Amino acid sequence: MSIRVENIDKRFGTFTALNDVTLDFRTGELTALLGPSGCGKTTLLRIIAGLETADAGRILIAGEETSDKPVRERHVGFVFQHYALFRHMSVFENVAFGLRVKPRRERPGEAEIRRRVMELLDLVQLAWLAERMPAQLSGGQRQRIALARALAVEPQVLLLDEPFGALDAKVRKELRSWLRQLHETLHITSIFVTHDQEEALELADRVVVMNRGRIEQAGPPQAVYEHPANAFVHGFLGASNILRGTIRDGLFHAEGASLPARNIHQSGGEAVAYLRPHELAIARRPDPAGIPAEIRRILAFGALARIELITLAGRVPLEVELPRHDLAGLALNPGETVHLVPQGVNLFPSAEAGTLPKPVLAKAG
Amino acid sequence: MTATASRRVLPGFGLTLGFTILYLSLVVLIPLSAVFLKTATLSPEQIWNQISAPRAVASYRLTFGASLLAAMVNAVFGLILAWILVRYSFPGKKLVDALIDLPFALPTAVAGIALAAIYAKNGWIGQFLEPLGIRIAFTPAGILVALIFIGLPFVVRTVQPVLQDLDAEFEEAAASLGATRWQSVTRVVLPAILPALTTGFALAFARAVGEYGSVIFIAGNMPLVSEITPLIIITKLEQYDYAGATAIAAVMLLISFALLLVINLLQAWSARRGRREA
Repeated sequence: MSIRVENIDKRFGTFTALNDVTLDFRTGELTALLGPSGCGKTTLLRIIAGLETADAGRILIAGEETSDKPVRERHVGFVFQHYALFRHMSVFENVAFGLRVKPRRERPGEAEIRRRVMELLDLVQLAWLAERMPAQLSGGQRQRIALARALAVEPQVLLLDEPFGALDAKVRKELRSWLRQLHETLHITSIFVTHDQEEALELADRVVVMNRGRIEQAGPPQAVYEHPANAFVHGFLGASNILRGTIRDGLFHAEGASLPARNIHQSGGEAVAYLRPHELAIARRPDPAGIPAEIRRILAFGALARIELITLAGRVPLEVELPRHDLAGLALNPGETVHLVPQGVNLFPSAEAGTLPKPVLAKAG
Repeated sequence: MTATASRRVLPGFGLTLGFTILYLSLVVLIPLSAVFLKTATLSPEQIWNQISAPRAVASYRLTFGASLLAAMVNAVFGLILAWILVRYSFPGKKLVDALIDLPFALPTAVAGIALAAIYAKNGWIGQFLEPLGIRIAFTPAGILVALIFIGLPFVVRTVQPVLQDLDAEFEEAAASLGATRWQSVTRVVLPAILPALTTGFALAFARAVGEYGSVIFIAGNMPLVSEITPLIIITKLEQYDYAGATAIAAVMLLISFALLLVINLLQAWSARRGRREA
């Protein structure tokens, strides 16, 4: 079922959670609502579910206006960040809940309930836990049960609020690929909220980046990552190095280097460059397009090595990522001066960058 | 198994258990056993005569009946009060919250006199009830009013924190699964707070059984009609019939203990049943 969100406004007191948000979610797609905390993503999800009411605007599910329908008539499956499993019920009863509360004439018989619940528990691969109580399960298991419970009522759409937010890194990774597989089998229109860009890019068919109650950019993960619409999106999706400089003669001048840029829209003036750590090459010899910098630290764990540097001109900290075997070939040492040649520079007007939250240099956990 | 294998990680079990037993003995068990020892100075026949006297039997029925009824009323209204205090915010909420503890702080005699005054024939409330043929003061109904008054804080204060911890998420989850408001309250909220509610009920009941001060002012204390067991005990004490008083007290103790035990067992049973299936 498709979902359409039209001109949604929502305020909490003086705080604007959502500001004129319009979005389309296509049938069968898995969409990520991505943004920093307080950007309105969870509020939007709760409004779609009917757990919150918008101050203005409408919600259409499968073309039908649902803004005034109560939650229980919307046929949405909602998965909570902290699972919200009923503690006094067994896993089986938790999953059966949605079937048991149906009006008498729609309610399936006991045998049918049993069959459907076990089918769902098989789907989430936890049939062996049917008689356990929620308190006896691990976090990952609880979240899978919460998902099975939401699926029991055969929802038209599935909404997940930070589904992996409360889990540790390893379990999160496992569940992520498992959820993707599950989505491929079921193809229910799904929306999940996350503040983890890696999760959004890896899992979703479409990523919607939100900030301060507005949508910054929406599109396929690849497109959003490679062609960020603005400085915020660039800063939020993956680590970035930031250089302030000026545009002159079609080149971007900063930190003693003159760099060709992908998107010079201005003929002159100040601008801010965003450089991804893996798009910086390290050269020993001086280069007009190379930024002179001193190596501070070399961190070589895993397939990618991380090098922390500081520019000679303005003492701006930078970060470079390169494959381990390339690092070995370069034989770098801390304290050495090198030249960083960017392979791709994304320029944004400096005014836009001024409104940014500090971009995340280390990858968000 | 070696000694090290059975050693507890947290030290102090022996010390704390020893202290608990000593403390309980000094404060609870020894005074209570004195009741039975004193009673034992009577012959079995005398004991039977004391405890089965029509006045005594009528008073047991009244005391335990009214206490149970008052605890039930408090369970219902205490739950509603706790619900309102936790779930909604309204002007004067802090004041209402503070008012709830008042029956704890007030000397019970003051409560009794106040209740008797307003429910009397010419009292603030009594004057409106009188033409309707309803009499509260100086009848068993008055006892019920007094017991509801003194038992109210127990249910509110036991249920309130549990309700506070019960995230609205659970009700939202129930609603998103298609449950009506009624279904989410009866199937999700009530089972979660049932243990606290039972505890509050048991406390309110126990308090009501032992209540003396507030009841005697409003009850009228007519033998066989509105005379409570604690009053019979006091009357016997005033007549220097110590053994007779302790015999009645022993009966009260045994009935109270049996009822509280049943409530506790019910609670444990419902918790177990909850864990197993429902």
